[in-house]
Amino acid sequence: MNKSFLKYTLLGIGFTFLYFPIFALIIYSFNESKRVMVWKGFSIKWYGELFKNEQILEAFYISLKIAAMSATLATILGVMAGYSLARISKIPFRPFFIFISTAPLVMPEIILGLSLLLFFISTNNLFGLPSSKGQMTVLISHMTFSVAFVAVIIQARLISFNKSIEEAAQDLGAVPNSVIWKVTLPVILPSIVSGWLLAFTLSLDDLVVASFTTGPGANTLPIVVFSKVRMGLSPEVNALSAVIMLVIVSIAVGYYIKIRNRSDVN
Amino acid sequence: MFTKLKNYKFWFVFTPYFWLVAFFFIPLAIILKISFSVSEWGMPPYKDILEIDNSGDFILNITSGNYAFIFSDFFYLKSYLNSLSLAFTSTLICLIIGYPIAFYVAKSKPKIRNLLLILLIIPFWTSFLLRVYAWKVLLQGNGILNLILVKLGFITEPLSLLYNHYAVILGVVYTYLPFMILPLYGYLVKFDLRLIDAANDLGSRKINTFFKVILPLSLPGIIAGCMLVFIPVVGEFVIPELLGGSDKLYFGKIIWDEFFVNRDWPVASALAMSGILFLIIPIVIFQISYAKYNFKNE
Repeated sequence: MNKSFLKYTLLGIGFTFLYFPIFALIIYSFNESKRVMVWKGFSIKWYGELFKNEQILEAFYISLKIAAMSATLATILGVMAGYSLARISKIPFRPFFIFISTAPLVMPEIILGLSLLLFFISTNNLFGLPSSKGQMTVLISHMTFSVAFVAVIIQARLISFNKSIEEAAQDLGAVPNSVIWKVTLPVILPSIVSGWLLAFTLSLDDLVVASFTTGPGANTLPIVVFSKVRMGLSPEVNALSAVIMLVIVSIAVGYYIKIRNRSDVN
Repeated sequence: MFTKLKNYKFWFVFTPYFWLVAFFFIPLAIILKISFSVSEWGMPPYKDILEIDNSGDFILNITSGNYAFIFSDFFYLKSYLNSLSLAFTSTLICLIIGYPIAFYVAKSKPKIRNLLLILLIIPFWTSFLLRVYAWKVLLQGNGILNLILVKLGFITEPLSLLYNHYAVILGVVYTYLPFMILPLYGYLVKFDLRLIDAANDLGSRKINTFFKVILPLSLPGIIAGCMLVFIPVVGEFVIPELLGGSDKLYFGKIIWDEFFVNRDWPVASALAMSGILFLIIPIVIFQISYAKYNFKNE
């Protein structure tokens, strides 16, 4: 058998598998019928319904807000944690610190959600805080698992980058604080950006932990979508999927054009 | 203790340390506590471990009954084994599908490679929930797959493809495939293709080259990918809930139901603790010994 034939067949099957369900969903989003599977004709009616659906719009806004705050705060904490793991040796109970900053990566989200909910209930009984569950408790929960992801990215970057550059700066008379700001930070900046993006997506995508820790006024988009599709199909969710795909594909195309131009210049 | 650290270092260590102890470690300690407490009707639905009765005596309400209960009822053990078997099967399928894709993408010319890589990342960035939902749409009795199968003449009547454990495996493989491909790609792209030529020049057969050269060098990627698929799938709740039926129950769903439906917090906590004991600790031990093994071999 021809080698490149095998290659293109396998790649073709693989990418068809990845994209076929998404495209099918987009096609069905233009179906006029309320019963998702019965094709009644082309229509953009469900997009209209989607943009009129207060519940989905509000959930989308709440999700974006929580994701942006969680990503920003988790990135700050995660950079600190990653830096500590890679560069500071005198951490009190170091193995314990390594454990609590990496274990959230492997903890099933259902256990994470359950433990945080029981924690919030206990602190509420003991101190009256948090007074009720809501956006704040979801934010805290999302930050907690995101910190671990950011820390791992930053730690990996710091380990791979030669410590002697920082030492050279110090030898040349830079004070520790300015070494951090002028040498370390610029080097790890791309990792900080990818850490933020990962934390943002993790928060935006999370259903299980948010379901445990949510309260009145904090229904995130995954919670609303899940409640709509748990028992059946929803034409509005089809339209929502298509809109989300459009946004992601536009970002991806923009990024691709950018890196292609860059490699052309080189 | 912390004061030994100077200026910024103190805050760098202390802030995340405090956060993770408060919101990760203490919550786990709380589940551990609740898993040993006695259930009762009320809010919260369990007795405090330490109570002071009317005469001022301390009463200790500790029981190992929740653990005894979940280990004696085969129902719980079976759901855990179902989850392990689901995780094992789907990790294996992801590896078999993902490896050739990662390999060929990594071997492509740089220009095509970037495009293919972005095509791999797009589904990864798309909402997880919506990708599971897409299969719920496809697998319906009157869905596309049945339509195609009937049109092609493979079947005469639509099959019931949804709400069984095959649908769950399909959903898991579909949503977790990028988690397998991306780390594999990460190792394969660093792979020096000249090693294959060298092996071939030295008279190695293709299959031999693969097993003796390519596979060992991509082993760290295989392990990373398998971990990224296996671990979260054991606790997976959403996919069985949307695509699965009543033929098999899974661990994540059992914890969810025990907490939200039965409102038995001590049993839910005991299940969670057992999950940590039987899943997380072996993985951590494996990771540490694997890291040591690598360290020795370098």
